[in-house]
Amino acid sequence: MARLIRMDGTGHTTLAEWTTEDDALFEVAVTQFRDQLDHGYIGTVPEGPGKATHVRELPRDADLVVLRRPIAGG
Amino acid sequence: MGATALPELASVPWRAPTDARWLRRYARIWHAWTLLYTVPFVAAGVAMIVLAPIAIPVALAVFAHAWIIPELYAFRGASVVRPKGPRNEHAEPVAQGLLGDLLGHDERELQRRTGLALEPGELGTWLVGEGGALLVAPGGRRVHCFCVRVTEPELPPSDRVAHLLLALRTDEEGFATVANHAFAGAPWRVRRRMPVPMRPALDAARAAGRPLTVR
Repeated sequence: MARLIRMDGTGHTTLAEWTTEDDALFEVAVTQFRDQLDHGYIGTVPEGPGKATHVRELPRDADLVVLRRPIAGG
Repeated sequence: MGATALPELASVPWRAPTDARWLRRYARIWHAWTLLYTVPFVAAGVAMIVLAPIAIPVALAVFAHAWIIPELYAFRGASVVRPKGPRNEHAEPVAQGLLGDLLGHDERELQRRTGLALEPGELGTWLVGEGGALLVAPGGRRVHCFCVRVTEPELPPSDRVAHLLLALRTDEEGFATVANHAFAGAPWRVRRRMPVPMRPALDAARAAGRPLTVR
């Protein structure tokens, strides 16, 4: 089952889970994803060692989508 | 749907991309700058001793300046990876679990021992900390220190590392461009100013960045 998680003050929170076959679950996940983007989060799909992709739409076939905060020079 | 550029680049449109060429040029500038503020002090100290031996105490003070100023710069560089901010201990185990999932076995063990996540990249070997990152250039003879942080400081330390790691993996040059370059110099200068538990991570990054010797 694919997961949408948000890194936050609790460590991380699972916001939604879905399967590629279940449209209803995926729609819930999409709504959550868009809501978090509106709150300033950035969607990222980890793709194994050394690679991640920034996503603006929730990919149905991803196993894990991580929502992170922006970074900035310190 | 996916994008290769780091979205945070939009916040620093004036910056030139930090690529390998930019890093080599910056390393040369730092090297020249170090010589520029060290050599005159040493020369002045030597001249004082030769011309007026009575000025030896002043010469010693001048030598001290030649030593202290580079040390302060190296300290600033090493400080980018020092633990900082709230520890958030109640959430840290959960965050540590997620970070561990993002890392390979050896990198996970190294991160738990040292607090730094080792990440091989195109520009060199990265060590990602809570509020900054070190980049060991290919060959292992130069370290670039970057100050970079997540904009939500209340996150547990491992989440801060995971944020930076994911951003780095999304767009390495973009990550280096968004980060503030704090120092470039020889690894031994940075290592001696790092907290002792973190030093093995720099050793590992240098070893990872060295070319293999074919016998």
